Amino acid sequence: MAGNREFFNRKLHSLLGVIPVGVFLIQHLVVNHFATRGEEAFNSASHFMESLPFRYLLEIFVIFLPLLYHAIYGLYIAFTAKNNTSKYSYFRNWMFYIQRITGVITLIFLVWHVWETRIQAAMGADVNFQMMENILANPFMLAFYIIGVLSAIFHFANGLWSFMVSWGITVSPRSQVISTYVTLGIFVALSIVGIRAIFAFV
Amino acid sequence: MSEAAVKSKTVRFSVTRQDSPDSAPYQEEFEVEYRPNMNVISALMEIRRNPVNTKGENTTPINWDMNCLEEVCGACSMVINGKPRQSCTALIDQLEQPIRLEPMRTFPVVRDLQVDRSRMFDSLKKVKAWIPIDGTYDLGPGPRMPEKKRQWAYELSKCMTCGVCLEACPNVNSKSDFIGPAPLSQVRLFNSHPTGEMNKAERLEEIMGDGGLANCGNSQNCVQSCPKGIPLTTSIAALNRDTTLQSFKNFFGSDRV
Repeated sequence: MAGNREFFNRKLHSLLGVIPVGVFLIQHLVVNHFATRGEEAFNSASHFMESLPFRYLLEIFVIFLPLLYHAIYGLYIAFTAKNNTSKYSYFRNWMFYIQRITGVITLIFLVWHVWETRIQAAMGADVNFQMMENILANPFMLAFYIIGVLSAIFHFANGLWSFMVSWGITVSPRSQVISTYVTLGIFVALSIVGIRAIFAFV
Repeated sequence: MSEAAVKSKTVRFSVTRQDSPDSAPYQEEFEVEYRPNMNVISALMEIRRNPVNTKGENTTPINWDMNCLEEVCGACSMVINGKPRQSCTALIDQLEQPIRLEPMRTFPVVRDLQVDRSRMFDSLKKVKAWIPIDGTYDLGPGPRMPEKKRQWAYELSKCMTCGVCLEACPNVNSKSDFIGPAPLSQVRLFNSHPTGEMNKAERLEEIMGDGGLANCGNSQNCVQSCPKGIPLTTSIAALNRDTTLQSFKNFFGSDRV
């Protein structure tokens, strides 16, 4: 596939967004949801994740490397588009535009979120219920987290739709309409999980 | 309507003009007398007959491209009231005034409303949008095409290389070298022809190169804008499937040719 750098890069970008980054997003949101069962349940769940064997390998190959690739190549994709929703205000064109906006918001949110939690943990802080409680006590941070989490979920759900088109899974217009509804359902369901977890800390 | 009322009716135009490929664009307003069943081209012809703008100044006639005048050649495409379309089928009665005419800026502007669509014809050469039938001896008749498939393929063959889909696509712009929807759909057309299918892999590999199919961002403006109603996004998704399989074949090898 020597001459097909761009083809390979694009396909890889689309795949990594779903596997492993999208799968990790779902897992992260589900673990967060333990917060609704109280402080102890959340702390033991997060402690379980922290003490998984091969933790650093898992973090590097399942989270950080795929995420970095997806983010950097995604920024390049987002900024080569010339958005024209004012002229062509079709549903899919709006999704195209919002996909790029939420991608950038998600990246900004993640940089902050990783700094505030994972990097602080590496520097000796204890990542637990209380830490999140302290962060989200600030109304500005609460709003930032809600926007960040919803952006990430939207970007994943709509990205799943375009993943299915880009890999040739949904070809016919009808299959693309059905997958629009399915991914919309995924967006709503995961948003409930994510928002419930956030408000469990407030 | 009385004769006098018809006579007093006029049509107003706001035209984006440009004197040469490198000069700056400017606006010029025109007003022409209304005639029943007028379209944008007949109005432009009327202005050409007497090139005077609304300020009463003599000006150069407006330059535009046209050929068939029945929406099958694609030459007269321009941006009319914000949307790219053919000016021959843009009826004055259906347009809001002043009618804004602009060139399709995705392409290099030659002069006024005339653009250079060469890149599209180069793309058709690039993707080998033809069926090779020449040999050094008589190859005999090719495989037959089922009538149902012929009718289906006819829809794809309606593409007139007008450039409207490229103009509407957010990923076709000066920052990207994306080939655009029209030539991609032609790959699907020629790959589905029983004889054209014999060179399927060649065409797929061409659109797997830089600036190819993978640059599509699924905004789906193309299918909404195509004046011929060609299912461009279905073509793109079908080619996504074909190129995915082709890339597996290229990488892993295959038991099939």
